[in-house]
Amino acid sequence: MNHNFKKITVLTGQYGAGKTNLAVNLAFEMCRYGKVTVTDLDIVNPYFRTSDFTEIFEKKNIKLISPVYANTNLDIPVLDFDMRFETENTDFHIVDVGGDDSGAFVLGRYNDVFSTYKDATDMLYVFNVYRSPDFSVNNIIENIKEIENASRLRCTGLVNNSNLGNETDTDVIKNTLGYADKISELSGLPVLFTCKSNTDKKISENDFPVKIMVSPPWNFT
Amino acid sequence: MNKVLMKGNEALAEAAIRAGCKCFFGYPITPQTEVAAYFAKNMAKRGGVFLQAESEIAAINMVLGASSAGVRAMTSSSSPGISLKSEGISYIAGSDLPCVIVNVQRGGPGLGGIQPSQSDYNQAVKAPGHGDFHLVVYAPASVQESVDMVFTAFDTADRYRIPTMILSDGLIGQMMEPVVFPEKTNDIPEKSWACDGHKNKRKHNIVTSLFLEPDKLEKSVLQRNEKYKLISNNCADCETYLCDDAHIVITAYGATARIARSAVNEARKQGIKAGLFRPKTLWPFPENELRNSCKNAGHILCAEMSAGQMVNDIKLYTNCSVPVSFYGRTGGVIPEPEELLREIIKLSEGRQ
Repeated sequence: MNHNFKKITVLTGQYGAGKTNLAVNLAFEMCRYGKVTVTDLDIVNPYFRTSDFTEIFEKKNIKLISPVYANTNLDIPVLDFDMRFETENTDFHIVDVGGDDSGAFVLGRYNDVFSTYKDATDMLYVFNVYRSPDFSVNNIIENIKEIENASRLRCTGLVNNSNLGNETDTDVIKNTLGYADKISELSGLPVLFTCKSNTDKKISENDFPVKIMVSPPWNFT
Repeated sequence: MNKVLMKGNEALAEAAIRAGCKCFFGYPITPQTEVAAYFAKNMAKRGGVFLQAESEIAAINMVLGASSAGVRAMTSSSSPGISLKSEGISYIAGSDLPCVIVNVQRGGPGLGGIQPSQSDYNQAVKAPGHGDFHLVVYAPASVQESVDMVFTAFDTADRYRIPTMILSDGLIGQMMEPVVFPEKTNDIPEKSWACDGHKNKRKHNIVTSLFLEPDKLEKSVLQRNEKYKLISNNCADCETYLCDDAHIVITAYGATARIARSAVNEARKQGIKAGLFRPKTLWPFPENELRNSCKNAGHILCAEMSAGQMVNDIKLYTNCSVPVSFYGRTGGVIPEPEELLREIIKLSEGRQ
């Protein structure tokens, strides 16, 4: 794929849209072009977070920044790192945010940094149309606005991460392209990637193959 | 497209709304919070009431009130929060009120931890509160089953005027799986006993668990026990997997049953005749089916995310006719399929 990555990539989106999985996959991709830092800014959900991938990041020389008490029993949102310093000292800074507006709220704290890097920041909205029980495009448009308001940032692009977990196949993703176009039309934002897992077939012009990083605990390792 | 991808907790809430739940009262606690958050976002839009109570105790008593008025009501919490609710649960049972209570279990005792656990089996099945009473307890092992059991739990609750519980755990609650919601709209039965306004057209109804005369209280307890016999005959449910010729039967429920199933499959590949008995209701316990599943078994292995709770019921219901071993992890540690396989191999080699 072409490298169009900006210095900062903020990943926001629906709760459970697959931001963390995308963050890890993006980090692996960006690695090819420079130094990558991933900041786990999810202070909403204590489970399935980028901090779970410490080992694999170390292997790939990706710097991981986590909330102080991530992966412990203490559910306290303490963030003690310097966003400006970390951004200055890396080529690509991926910021993995918690879901929905409640997760995006924390971004406001770093507004000064995002202002400095205004033209070098992408804020991607990650969606999975299968996460919405009524498949309502309007709910997604509303969700984008809520996130923009909470974060004090504007989204610059969309990521179609529509999937049905381990039941994902080519058709499962293909069936969402129409929804993605509609969301793009209503929001005025381009679909930058269509993530695809479990399939090698070409689905769209901007396919981004992703590896599913979390396997269920009943799988033999 | 009718399949969606949901977290177990979200699916519980969506299923409840579709099953006609009109009132949800709760208080946040990890790993259950998505249940309440989902109601908070959706209930008002869909003609129901969501209220974050000032405490778990307040929430369960709001359920008592709503249910008295004849509407489908629900509360949810995780382990420590269920302990707080226990007085109210007993009052609801003593008042013969239907409702659904969700427990997304986490590690205990005390404040414990936020990782998955199954250490509230005894609480759910033996003593969810003071007094002679039972809850019907459903134990989902997948997100789909979380949905299906919510519908069943509301129907059972109304049919028998009894509180029911969905005993989930932090793993089933937090994981995402594809799920389909049933199209059916539940027929909610007429509730002639409800305190919903007599408008001077009938005698007023009373919902209470207070009986000052001992013989009247005894009568109400005995009547309720007759109901429990009926429920025991009608509601016990289980899944059996490769039990017919099994020499070793694993008994497990909820998330642990998923892990046990993998271990059974691997054991079969290695030529060990293993099977899985999974109770879907923990009370009433599918005891006849358990005995039937173990008819060729030389050994039972009970696996739980606890220090050993259901294992005592397994011994009881099999009358100790088959030796029963136990394997458990606690504190929020999820057993790996390798660990269960190792136990199966040990038993098959006659080592214990």
